[in-house]
Amino acid sequence: MTAVYEPWNAARAAEIIAENTPLEGATLVILHALQEAFGYVPEPAIPMIASALNLSRAEVHGVFTFYHDFRKEPAGRHVLKLCRAEACQAAGGDALAARAEARLGISIGTTTPDGLTTLEPIYCLGLCATAPSAMLDGRLVGRLDEARIDALLAEAQR
Amino acid sequence: MNFRIFIPRDAGAIAVGADDVTLALTQAAASRGVAVDFVRTGSRGLYWLEPMVEVATPRGRVAFGPMTPADAASVLDAMVTDGPHPLRLGIAAEIPWLRRQTRVTFARCGVVDPRSIDDFRARQGYKGLERALTLTSDEILADVTASGLRGRGGAGFPTGIKWKTVAQTAADRKYIVCNADEGDSGTFADRMIMEGDPFVVIEGMTIAGITVGATRGYIYIRSEYPHAVIAMNAAIQAAKRAGYLGERIGGSAHHFDLEVRVGAGAYVCGEETALLESLEGRRGIVRAKPPLPAHKGLFGRPTVINNVLSFAAIPFILAGGAKAYAGYGSDRSRGTMPIQLAGNVRHGGLFEAPFGITLGELVDDIGGGTLSGRPVRAVQVGGPLGAYFPRALFDTPFDYEAFAARDGLIGHGGIVVFDDSVDMSKQARFAMEFCAVESCGKCTPCRIGSTRGVETLDRIRAGDRVAENIGVVEDLCNTMKFGSLCALGGFTPYPVMSALKHFREDFGPAPTRLEAAE
Repeated sequence: MTAVYEPWNAARAAEIIAENTPLEGATLVILHALQEAFGYVPEPAIPMIASALNLSRAEVHGVFTFYHDFRKEPAGRHVLKLCRAEACQAAGGDALAARAEARLGISIGTTTPDGLTTLEPIYCLGLCATAPSAMLDGRLVGRLDEARIDALLAEAQR
Repeated sequence: MNFRIFIPRDAGAIAVGADDVTLALTQAAASRGVAVDFVRTGSRGLYWLEPMVEVATPRGRVAFGPMTPADAASVLDAMVTDGPHPLRLGIAAEIPWLRRQTRVTFARCGVVDPRSIDDFRARQGYKGLERALTLTSDEILADVTASGLRGRGGAGFPTGIKWKTVAQTAADRKYIVCNADEGDSGTFADRMIMEGDPFVVIEGMTIAGITVGATRGYIYIRSEYPHAVIAMNAAIQAAKRAGYLGERIGGSAHHFDLEVRVGAGAYVCGEETALLESLEGRRGIVRAKPPLPAHKGLFGRPTVINNVLSFAAIPFILAGGAKAYAGYGSDRSRGTMPIQLAGNVRHGGLFEAPFGITLGELVDDIGGGTLSGRPVRAVQVGGPLGAYFPRALFDTPFDYEAFAARDGLIGHGGIVVFDDSVDMSKQARFAMEFCAVESCGKCTPCRIGSTRGVETLDRIRAGDRVAENIGVVEDLCNTMKFGSLCALGGFTPYPVMSALKHFREDFGPAPTRLEAAE
């Protein structure tokens, strides 16, 4: 299932920030909440968070850029995350990752030019006894083989 | 009478079709007019049999697996008639792979409904907290110390000493933090217990709270575990409703509240001080120690920070089990360890056993060798920072000191199995690359050493001055091991040096590797 995101709206962002401001150490919670609403964390949100939490803009920017999860621009319509960690490597994950790159014509960490598919690495989904594994738009898939990865790729290109 | 059918809602089972099987069984039951109550449990951890479905019978729960939606109709018929079926595995609890285990921490996982606090209480749940509420802080600490429990996150620090330090440090506020940032590849025990028996984690944290005088706790769960986040949040709500969290827990004078916080994809946040920084809303940059988190932890307050499995071991210990717990294990590694068999392994899953079982028994006997059917060449124990062991070291007993004595570590208990197609210089390069990507950047040996390590290993793999460059890698590893601020830079040399030491034939230009293999 593809996630549906709201278009950027400063008033809505302010609301989300205000809701979470009273929490201890709220920065990550707010960044997660904004990304959940908009699909990414738009640039204008950074100074808004800084002002709400009484932090410098640089501090919030530093937090935002430190973590792999946070996006500065929207992802493709589908996000396919392939586990690239050791347990999946041991079970043939490297070959499947190469296959996905070849099929989509992009390298891991990028989005297809038509904006349909973002291909990302992930380091461990905790499905190491049913490796190799992947996550398509939040849905987990284990015991990947060529047929299963092809089916996922087809789904990710719709 | 309705049939009771148990299907895991564990992420590992869902990833191989547990939800589809549930739907197919629901449809098959409806079309046959069979009344069924479905219970979504955790996983018992026999992942090669997942999705494993069980039906309640007077003799116990009978298991079927691995199921596909296409099997639903015939399996349902076999359940109704108690008849034979190719996927029938017999009484679940009597499956030899389960019977061989010593399930202490994972006793309820895969058995109970993780959303039901009544189910938890019906199976010894909250017995540990109830007894702890009748004890003084010192008495609880005595039990934890007597159990011999050591930190299950990997460092193996005695839990009793950590708690005692926090208990004895005066402060206006103290915190309990559960490290559920289980980032090591090949490990999934934290995920399983949070999804399959979340109340045991809550109970363990609550006991820690009343022991040290903390009233607030956080569970920091990695974002890669969305199902665990849902399970823990649901359990926290249920525990609040039942009076086990919040004001006057269990009718006592103690207060304790819990909140889940979600990570954001940074491996280094599994390091305890980086995790605390992240919880405070900052970049996950490692802190220098001292001060210890026990003295100045979250928001500068005394903090107990333990792994999920450490907290999950506590309720059994406090329910009168301290002596029994210490009775398991070998030498200074007391109790049981939930060991995770992963990667290219035939029988992968969660195997809880007393410390002391050998690596060979785990890999060959219990794991059944590789899934590919090829010979086992190497195993990596303890995650991305753990050493690669060859078959020659398979007599190593699984305990903290025995692995350390052989330049390895047990870490969080994950074992990743590789067959003979593995290229060990590639694995060594990956270890350096992973460290370079995930380094928090605070200390130079980790930040720069890992990048230089990748470059040098690339030269070795290209055949460029191999002997000389191996010397450079060894030198880099030495600097990283002794000069890094935390285990990320400090332990990355384990996989690299072990690969070099035990699989030297893989280090050189590709043609050499082929010749060496012949």
